[in-house]
Amino acid sequence: MKLIYEKSQPGRRASAIPRHEGLPAPEVPAELRRTEPPRLPEVPEFELVRHFTELSTRNFGVDTGFYPLGSCTMKYNPRINERLVGLPGFAQLHPHQEDEGAQGALELEWRLDQILREITGLDAVSLQPAAGSQGELTGLMLVRAYFEDRGESEQRRKVVIPDTAHGTNPASVTLSGYELTPVQTDARGNIDVEDLRAKVDEHTAALMLTNPSTLGLFDENIEELERIFHGAGALMYYDGANLNAVCGISRPGDMGFDIVHINLHKTFSQPHGGGGPGGGPVAVRGMLAPFLPVPVVVHRDDGSFGLDYDRPKSIGKVRGFTGPFGVFVRSYAFMRMYGPRLREMSEAAVLNANYVLARLKDVYELPYNRLCMHEFVLSARRLKHDHGVTALDVAKRLMDYGFHPPTIYFPLVVPEALMIEPTETETKETLDAFCDAMLAIAREAAEDQQLLKDAPHDRPVRRLDEVRAAKNPIVKYEFDRHPTPDEQ
Amino acid sequence: MTHPFLALTDADVEEMLRTIGVASIDELFRDIPAGMRLGRSLELEPALSEQELSAHLTELAARNVDTTRELSFLGAGVYDHYVPAVVDAVLQRGEFLTAYTPYQPEMSQGVLQSIFEYQTAICELTGMDVSNASGYDGETVAADACFIAKHATGRTKIVVTEATNPQVRRVVKTYAPGFGLEVVEVPHHDGTTDPDELGQAAEDAAAVIFQQPNFFGCLEPAPDLAAAANEAGALPVAHVDPLSLGVLEAPARYGCAIALGEGQAAGNVPSYGGPHYGFLASRREFIRRMPGRIVGETVDVAGERGYVLTLQTREQHIRREKATSNITTNQTLLALGGLVYLTWLGPQGIRELGEACLSLAAYAKQRLQEVAGLEPLFADRATFKEFAVRTGRNAHDVIRDARALGVHPGYALGRDYEGLDDVLLVAVTEKRTPAEIDRLAAVLAEVTR
Repeated sequence: MKLIYEKSQPGRRASAIPRHEGLPAPEVPAELRRTEPPRLPEVPEFELVRHFTELSTRNFGVDTGFYPLGSCTMKYNPRINERLVGLPGFAQLHPHQEDEGAQGALELEWRLDQILREITGLDAVSLQPAAGSQGELTGLMLVRAYFEDRGESEQRRKVVIPDTAHGTNPASVTLSGYELTPVQTDARGNIDVEDLRAKVDEHTAALMLTNPSTLGLFDENIEELERIFHGAGALMYYDGANLNAVCGISRPGDMGFDIVHINLHKTFSQPHGGGGPGGGPVAVRGMLAPFLPVPVVVHRDDGSFGLDYDRPKSIGKVRGFTGPFGVFVRSYAFMRMYGPRLREMSEAAVLNANYVLARLKDVYELPYNRLCMHEFVLSARRLKHDHGVTALDVAKRLMDYGFHPPTIYFPLVVPEALMIEPTETETKETLDAFCDAMLAIAREAAEDQQLLKDAPHDRPVRRLDEVRAAKNPIVKYEFDRHPTPDEQ
Repeated sequence: MTHPFLALTDADVEEMLRTIGVASIDELFRDIPAGMRLGRSLELEPALSEQELSAHLTELAARNVDTTRELSFLGAGVYDHYVPAVVDAVLQRGEFLTAYTPYQPEMSQGVLQSIFEYQTAICELTGMDVSNASGYDGETVAADACFIAKHATGRTKIVVTEATNPQVRRVVKTYAPGFGLEVVEVPHHDGTTDPDELGQAAEDAAAVIFQQPNFFGCLEPAPDLAAAANEAGALPVAHVDPLSLGVLEAPARYGCAIALGEGQAAGNVPSYGGPHYGFLASRREFIRRMPGRIVGETVDVAGERGYVLTLQTREQHIRREKATSNITTNQTLLALGGLVYLTWLGPQGIRELGEACLSLAAYAKQRLQEVAGLEPLFADRATFKEFAVRTGRNAHDVIRDARALGVHPGYALGRDYEGLDDVLLVAVTEKRTPAEIDRLAAVLAEVTR
């Protein structure tokens, strides 16, 4: 398919900018003036719409079909949310509007804050972080501020992370200036407590844990972990990536965690948008509240809502304004359509995952033979050993059956990993069709390996050469000098 | 489980539990220690139907005074530019809206190709060689640039001009301790930055960040600022308004190493501050230090052209603690909105739009002087679409009184700058008409009299 730049013809355009008579001429000092116009596309409006519509047909979303991408919680995104976020009172509200002109927005933020406190079991919230990984970074900034305030920041330099963690956790540790202390996973898929004990001491600042873990397993030793970390004077950080498993069932605050980030784009239905936007609010225990980013939304005694910037111990700001407000509208709307029934959401997510697990575990290898939470990790190691078929081949072949593949090769502790998260928003018929496809692929692996190696067969492109892409990166259109595929 | 977003019937549940081999849903949660179960219902208001929800949120939205209900000259980082219908039409395609990060390229050519086209558009605007797929906003991409600069130069000081957006400065300062960076600010003189003073501060600095047009709306001597930074061996980083780049020179053409900014003005609604997108582009030499996603072109096994996420060895899911950033989810959908908008504008449109902003803002400056007797604060400086005026009263009082007359006259600069308590920052986009500007002048004449 052509790029929009390849459809461009000089003299065509889609826009018309209003003109006014009698205004001062536009003046730019000569030394600052643009010398060559940017080569933006020149297309009429209908070509623009056709181009992006065609591109959309070459993409797959939750609206298209089943998307069991582990760790990403690809659930249905309610359409009403899109209508509500577009209300002029939200969409056209300027972020510098005075508080008295933004009472509805501030009330919505305050209400969302209150709901997140109840779901996490914690005392205070900042809505500001833009995504989960920024929530992590914010959390670690809070850890640093807390220990600085106590005069322990020089001493506490280490953050403990299990080997099953998302890559964002260790990356956030580095970006926040901490040192990484990795811990192993035991034979049941929990943190290895003996390994841990030797590594937690007066130099430890915090634990970062996803619970349930990226293996989809609830850490059975969580009470012991809490004793070890709090006993050493360290804080506990909860990566909320997997919160979809436990809403209304078990709260991070009750598990002992002091800081939690929530992925609004996972658990609370903000659409993923092909890679964002997200929302990563952070909830904390009371002793950490003074350090939260500014501004904080407050409900004043006179009933009005406002933004409080007067917080001398605050870490500062991690992004502009109060956060991704449109994400708040969608997630708040989603939460209000469940209310206390969020528990049923998590129950359905866990039931669906266990059902798919039960149907697949005899054919694919299950490295930790336990009930799972909202997701689980299988291994295609046996297929690889017996037939030379890899997790990647299984993933690509699933596309031919009309499904988005699971997350593959993660977590790193499982070889040939297939990480499957069905979410709560699927019918049993869909789950069965997916299981049937997975079982059929395992049979195909024994009978016709090439069929899998050549997959996908029906997508707009076949398997792509990623090595070539990285070796000599072409990261923009080069116009008259753009290489043809042969020249790459 | 009767809920619009749930599907399992009682019969389904029964059969599924049987297949799993447990007696109840509760049993699925047996790994959670008893002391850590909530043991009660969440104390939340009861579930709403879609209709009830719609009424509730419509009522909340009605308590906001948005730019369709009040004539607004607010800017200061977020701008009320026109967003054409084609942006909504594309962004509401479920295949874009409800897709994940394109880890599986065969399922994601639509998103991948559109990001490649977006990267091209950003490179065309800025003159740079490489753009990432977007950052969170105009604030966080500035922090990202500091991280690039630290590792590219081995230096640990960041210089930022005082005339740079205060929120950008605040975010950079919040990130800096974790990055092991110190931040130094260089004051403005009569609304712009002195290149010599900047050059002195830039000695031993990793990067120099300045904004063009700056926070006051004034045009900086950007080529001289970039030259001063280069002279000192610091990377010049330009924080630019994308919609100024139809009339203002591309930062790469005057020696900048990195160009970045807030994308909102190009194709995103204000939405009370987000979600928007930050753009980040650099010269080729920094490609392997760039944070976040980058899409590259390649071929498939049949030799057909296609697109993939590339240079992933920079990223957290491969490199973990050695990654160039921790970013994963970014702002793809908003950046797609930016691409659609820039395609709608085209090269002619972006120039005309810049000229319209220049003319209307010049007209506003003139009318505020003639009708309200308000002098521009930095009268000698050229501006783009925003300018500062002294009102002779506390600006917050001016805003309150003007709003009572249905006009939001701008941003109170005293919020961020000492000694500017009576100064308003007035933004004029192409959405404003001469008649609306006349009304602003009349209202300000009345409330500053």
